[in-house]
Amino acid sequence: MTRIDDTFRRLREDGRKAFVAYIMAGDPDAETSLAVMRGMPEAGVDVIELGLPFTDPMADGPTIQRAGQRALAGGQTLTRTLDMVRAFREDDATTPIVLMGYYNPIYSRGVARFLEEATEAGIDGLIVVDLPPEEDDELCIPAQAAGLNFIRLATPTTDDRRLPKVLTNASGFVYYVSITGITGAAEAQAADVAPDVARIKAQTDLPVAVGFGIKTAAAAEAIAGVADGVVVGSAIVERIGRGDPPADVLAFVRELAEGSHRT
Amino acid sequence: MPEDLLNSFMTGPDEHGRFGDFGGRFVSETLMPLILDLEAEYERAKSDPDFWAEMEDLWTHYVGRPSPLYFAPRLTERLGGAKVYLKRDELNHTGAHKINNVLGQILLARRMGKTRIIAETGAGQHGVATATVCARFGLDCVVYMGAHDVERQQPNVFRMRLLGAKVVPVTSGRGTLKDAMNDALRDWVTNVRDTFYCIGTVAGPHPYPAMVRDFQSIIGKEAKEQMQAQEGRLPDTIVAAIGGGSNAMGLFYPFLDDKEVRIIGVEAGGKGVNDKMEHCASLTGGRPGVLHGNRTYLLQDDDGQILEGFSISAGLDYPGIGPEHAWLHDIGRAEYVSITDSEALEAFKLCCETEGIIPALEPCHALAHVMKIAPELPSDHLICMNMCGRGDKDIFTVAKALGVEIDPAA
Repeated sequence: MTRIDDTFRRLREDGRKAFVAYIMAGDPDAETSLAVMRGMPEAGVDVIELGLPFTDPMADGPTIQRAGQRALAGGQTLTRTLDMVRAFREDDATTPIVLMGYYNPIYSRGVARFLEEATEAGIDGLIVVDLPPEEDDELCIPAQAAGLNFIRLATPTTDDRRLPKVLTNASGFVYYVSITGITGAAEAQAADVAPDVARIKAQTDLPVAVGFGIKTAAAAEAIAGVADGVVVGSAIVERIGRGDPPADVLAFVRELAEGSHRT
Repeated sequence: MPEDLLNSFMTGPDEHGRFGDFGGRFVSETLMPLILDLEAEYERAKSDPDFWAEMEDLWTHYVGRPSPLYFAPRLTERLGGAKVYLKRDELNHTGAHKINNVLGQILLARRMGKTRIIAETGAGQHGVATATVCARFGLDCVVYMGAHDVERQQPNVFRMRLLGAKVVPVTSGRGTLKDAMNDALRDWVTNVRDTFYCIGTVAGPHPYPAMVRDFQSIIGKEAKEQMQAQEGRLPDTIVAAIGGGSNAMGLFYPFLDDKEVRIIGVEAGGKGVNDKMEHCASLTGGRPGVLHGNRTYLLQDDDGQILEGFSISAGLDYPGIGPEHAWLHDIGRAEYVSITDSEALEAFKLCCETEGIIPALEPCHALAHVMKIAPELPSDHLICMNMCGRGDKDIFTVAKALGVEIDPAA
């Protein structure tokens, strides 16, 4: 049982939906991003997704691209991102942290060494965008063996024939990418998403969280009505990017959390 | 070389798209079903005589294949050693080898019912080839090109627009080929249903590296037959320039099992393969990593962040290399060397003066290496170098590098 499993079980018992919020580690600098991260649980965030900066984020839109560039320009590295997690864990032993990013920085560190450092730092799960099930031997299987959840992305192009393959080594929760596109693009519609979530839930007991294209508390509420969780990234990162102080960013995060929890 | 372990070097990739440890399918889930569809369609097309008949017809009547294998007498004389042959792929329609592959991919796109074609381009040669074939078949075409490359390759940008393509300048990163490929992938993930991504080199997720190699292999097949016809035997050494490595893979592949043939790939050394990474020599100066769908040698920092390459030649300005080259490098079947910008410029001048051929800056890197090795080799040694592109697009860059001012508007 990871913190992710515990959190979703507790939410289910309470009849609540999960609010998952994304920020980029080190954006715009280590101090600000740690301040936002530390305030997230109190603002209602159930699961923190922490972006690992990468020079070539091929699945991300301009908002997250720029966040990664800001972080890298500020000297963010994998080591500093893990340090940030350790610092967060000093006062929070329960909120799950999912590290989200691309494979090369992890591969470059060495998978075995990375897994050791990540678990020790207090990371609970991984989302690695460019590792489909076809490449499970690379990281998914070693990560599960190390006690981390490997959270799988399912998309509108993942048809019923392919879905079992995507679910095979999935754990923690399933992240349903609500649109074909990059992060922060078109607005997701609950009515479009509902049948896909149902389709996935028919084949797994894992909770299904929906992300990509959710920008407002109202949208979060609508999506929470048809899924087990709501993921918001770009809309939060946008506010960090335009220089909002952590307190203002967290006020927005709270609105989104309230929307997600209203259902 | 572990010859006892391998009966053939031509069996790759395996069912996972791997050449040894290199290659693979490192893409987001949204793209994965498309890549599997593409692989299935390519497997069907490969064994369909009608597909190849249409390719042959277009290669012959539209592209102008076979391209000549030309003995370069004055170049040979000047270098004073090996006999130098040039495989004249710069004489193809659109002026480079790129169209060999584009034709194959566009025919596949048509078979798959795709109506919109996207491509990335560096020097603009692949973009021009894609725009050309799209015009020929009446398909929508969008070309992603780094803003920096749009700047330095204006003639090709204009050509693409004349051919009806939409050219999108990419400003993310440093605005070069790598960034153009990122944006092409972002477009593809957004428009999966009607769009076909026509990749210009032997990189990307499986099946692209194998598929592009197969389409480009016409270069090596022809060169082999032509050398047999002209010299009654195989060449001793074959040489090609490498950015992503498609012209080189096309020349090399049919020779991989001819173990007496020495194979040399030439990377762009920029200002020199140094710690400042002012070069694009992924094999000489990089290490294995994962980018753009495949594992291969990459220019990267200690933290796995991708570095921008540097080269006078926009077509070689890519921080990676095709995975099959990475494998051939590791097993030692091919040698990889690097050539600096200034050496390539010397080769450019020599080729113009001795053979009356204005070469693209990309093959000038291969030629510069020929200039290094030919004088040391005996006069019966046969070198075959791929002249993969012509230099019309580069005259402004070369003029600038040589300190000559020409006004494009004059």
